[in-house]
Amino acid sequence: MDTVDDVEAPTVDVARDALVSTLVEALGDGFVTGEVHPGVDVWVRVAADSWLAAGVALRDRCGMSYFNFLSAIDWKPSPYGRDMDAQVDGPEVSEPGPMEWGTTGGETRFQVLARVHDPVSGLGITVKADLPDDRPEVDSWIPAYAGADWHEREAWEMFGISFRGHPNLVHLYLPGAFEGNPLRKDYPLLARRIKPWPGIVDVELMPGDDEASEEGDDA
Amino acid sequence: MTDTQQIAYIAAQAADARVNVELETEGMTLNIGPQHPATHGTLRIIVRLDGERVVAAEPVMGYMHRGYEKLAEVRTYPQVTTLVNRIDWLGSFANEVPFILAAERLMEVEAPPRARWIRTALFELSRIANVILFLGDMAVQLGAVTPVFFAFRDREFVLNQIEAVTGGRFHPNFDRIGGLKDDLPKGWIEETRGVLARIRTFCDEMEDLVAGNEIFEARTRNIGVVPADIGLAYGLSGANIRASGVDWDLRRDSDMGLAHRELDWKVWTHPDGDSFARYWVRLQEVREACTIVEQCLDGIPSGPVMAKVPRIIKVPAGEAYVETENPLGVMGYYIVSKGELVPYRVKIRSASFNNVSITPWLLEGVYVPDVISILASPYFILGDIDR
Repeated sequence: MDTVDDVEAPTVDVARDALVSTLVEALGDGFVTGEVHPGVDVWVRVAADSWLAAGVALRDRCGMSYFNFLSAIDWKPSPYGRDMDAQVDGPEVSEPGPMEWGTTGGETRFQVLARVHDPVSGLGITVKADLPDDRPEVDSWIPAYAGADWHEREAWEMFGISFRGHPNLVHLYLPGAFEGNPLRKDYPLLARRIKPWPGIVDVELMPGDDEASEEGDDA
Repeated sequence: MTDTQQIAYIAAQAADARVNVELETEGMTLNIGPQHPATHGTLRIIVRLDGERVVAAEPVMGYMHRGYEKLAEVRTYPQVTTLVNRIDWLGSFANEVPFILAAERLMEVEAPPRARWIRTALFELSRIANVILFLGDMAVQLGAVTPVFFAFRDREFVLNQIEAVTGGRFHPNFDRIGGLKDDLPKGWIEETRGVLARIRTFCDEMEDLVAGNEIFEARTRNIGVVPADIGLAYGLSGANIRASGVDWDLRRDSDMGLAHRELDWKVWTHPDGDSFARYWVRLQEVREACTIVEQCLDGIPSGPVMAKVPRIIKVPAGEAYVETENPLGVMGYYIVSKGELVPYRVKIRSASFNNVSITPWLLEGVYVPDVISILASPYFILGDIDR
């Protein structure tokens, strides 16, 4: 791990590899891809249809009895660019770039992710699933982990992802009549658009510095 | 009383009881909060009652939602620590640590040993400042007013120590990617030893005054019992899950990137899972935190407190999830970076959100006075739920 000084990072991680192969076996075609960073972390991506099955398999077959969190990522870049830049550049709206996915990749705009833990071995795993663009919808994890309830309500109101089989999909944080899904990238951060933000200039030149040293690695 | 009189009396009582059974009880809805002292902020709980019994409880949140996950997407990495400070405002320094550690993991930067040890000391000091308030506050919610004054009094000394290092009592904003803003001030180590001695005395007082109090025990023993498997499924963490007998502490069981694993201390658990167990485990944890800080003070290595990092911080593309054992439980940040100045997405996994999500399950079927005892014992901070 990143804090161990002299020990080489292990190149093979038996426990995490075993975790991935258990999931491959349990899900069959529902397993899309997995990535192990030896000694650090593990990610897997499953098909949206296997989302609940993945949760059940993790709980029953991998000892992942601890539910950590469930959320989502919107991979479509914001049409507003960074809102701080928008203030500098004027009202022009920058062209959104192509979608780029992180660890284990993706194919669609919305990705749900959840993390569960094994309190005995201390291992954790992040599970992801791509949701269809036209219908961002996935099975609720409540049958696998009761704690998913509030997390799914949050993901529902913040991203507009619905969870099939959730008994009470209503607003959690936002007022009942709220429209829109604030954590979607195309939902503007109005405060930034109304007023310039003083934090735009993050690093100011100190007396005695010149432009060149700003790019350097001087701490 | 003659036998006849007694029989007549019992018969009358039985008749009354029968009438009572046949009476229609009317449901009642009780609002606890948003401004209720037991809610630590603005949590509102709608409780539907049948007589004295709770039929259903529905927490209503969001009165304080500040949208940190959205704001973090338009702020540079160093600017985000200012936000996350305000999540659990009683143990602010501990909030910064997992975020900084996650950014460090993505950047493959490592803080120098001295910075890691000072971080550990401040991390545990925030735990003390946070949890001793609970130790007093839990008592005040059950009707004992004095302990909370003790708690506020002694917390001041801890906050003074945090302020002496960071300049901020509540919002230190002291942790930096690659180390710390500054070194310790002169004489701080000795002063802190004195403060820790005070905190130990405080713990002894609380053990006598509160944990050993008959009324306190009557109101907390076997109240709000969380079995281990339910607690795990709801993602309870910290002292809450350890009070249900799950021996799991990230400080010991995972490499958080702090110095805990190099120190000698103990993880406390309690088999009961009730409100009393949660109180008791926290009381022991404050003592352990004192032990940890003392060992840090003895062993802080010399050297720089800041690694070499670029002045303009760009975090390489990648995803990292780092969690630490914070005062309220497991706190983690899932950072998605696209190699820019700002994070692409930050998911904040805060402890209280999961800890409170179990309340509808816990409150079902309990009596009204126990609602307060049950609400107080998982110890949540509203900022940590609403983010």
